[in-house]
Amino acid sequence: MAEMDTSSGGGHKKGPGVKKAKKMSTRVDLTPMVDLGFLLITFFVFTTTMSEQTAMVLYLPKDTDKPEEQNKAKESGALTLLLARDRTVYYYEGILATDGSNFKSGSFQGIRQIILDKKASTNPQDLVIVIKPGEEATFKDVVDVLDEMTINVIKRYALVDIAEPEVMLIKATEGAGGAPAATPTTK
Amino acid sequence: MGRAKLPRKSTTIDMTAMCDVAFLLLSFFILATKTKPPEAVKVMIPSSVSSTKVDAKDKVTVTIGKDGKVFLAFEDKAKRMDIVKDLNTRFSLQLSPSELEKVNSAEVFGTPLLAMKSFLNSSKENQTGEKLPGIPALDSTNNQLKDWLASTVAIYQGSKINLLLKGDGLAKYTVFKNVIDAFKKNDLMKFNIITNQEGLDPSSALYKEKSSKPKS
Repeated sequence: MAEMDTSSGGGHKKGPGVKKAKKMSTRVDLTPMVDLGFLLITFFVFTTTMSEQTAMVLYLPKDTDKPEEQNKAKESGALTLLLARDRTVYYYEGILATDGSNFKSGSFQGIRQIILDKKASTNPQDLVIVIKPGEEATFKDVVDVLDEMTINVIKRYALVDIAEPEVMLIKATEGAGGAPAATPTTK
Repeated sequence: MGRAKLPRKSTTIDMTAMCDVAFLLLSFFILATKTKPPEAVKVMIPSSVSSTKVDAKDKVTVTIGKDGKVFLAFEDKAKRMDIVKDLNTRFSLQLSPSELEKVNSAEVFGTPLLAMKSFLNSSKENQTGEKLPGIPALDSTNNQLKDWLASTVAIYQGSKINLLLKGDGLAKYTVFKNVIDAFKKNDLMKFNIITNQEGLDPSSALYKEKSSKPKS
């Protein structure tokens, strides 16, 4: 090891005129250095975040103009979610009534219950959820809704562009300062 | 009765070996840690319950910034070079060989095609950050992300593209839609959205499905 034998001849008497040179130990105490080493190790271990990224996979459908290739959704099994600004969600089942009577509003907290209710009340083969993010919706809203599909194990869902009558209805509802009268309270 | 005299031992231990171990570990951790890949802008990614791990190799990352700017990053150096060369010939960007050489050091692209020349000539610090205009992907008439991806598809030719989308939670859906449109136009039908993992509600259907099935 890194120590030198300094004890040899320690007690040996030299001649009377010879001055005894003091022998310095060459041994260094390495304890603080070890402390420092381990301190640095712990520092690096704790500051390094494991950057393992997770991702959700999204499959896009092919755009097609041919009606026979388009997927059909049964009216009874369809639930359309409209994402508006400030994380509000509007939704309707089936086809939007011309007078907007089945157009309801909710929030992101209530969305799961809406989906679950729909899922429980419809035939699993007919169930399809149509997601229509509006102009004001953010990327986070879209990811959250797609995530809800995964959480609630919805097999069929589609991301569709919002249509003009729906935009008008959202605008009208927002303009009226709140939810339409037909809104059930969702938790 | 002669009791055996215990020799008095020194209590100091030689620390040299321990010191060696400590620094060996330290150097190992420092060298083994991969540094984060460069990011054009800071993005706050949304979270999801998805626990699918991202394939770490050969990533093609599309980043959407908070303000809707789109950036594109290629990990593979050789392919990145080929892609830029392809764009160079298709859009006659007139990049000189020395400018093409600079593609090697730029991993993230975030400028319109016409500004590529000045982008490559700018300093390293100016090649990332908030000041970059981003790749135009705003409307269908000038969706340059589509052109970028067209070159990417041409260069990758059949081999799988590990396409990742990293978006800021505050980015507007319209930008996201344009990015998806660019994907669709190039027949890139499958991609990964990078998210933070979050816990799953035990009352949800997915949790029940997962726990009922034995882990594969």
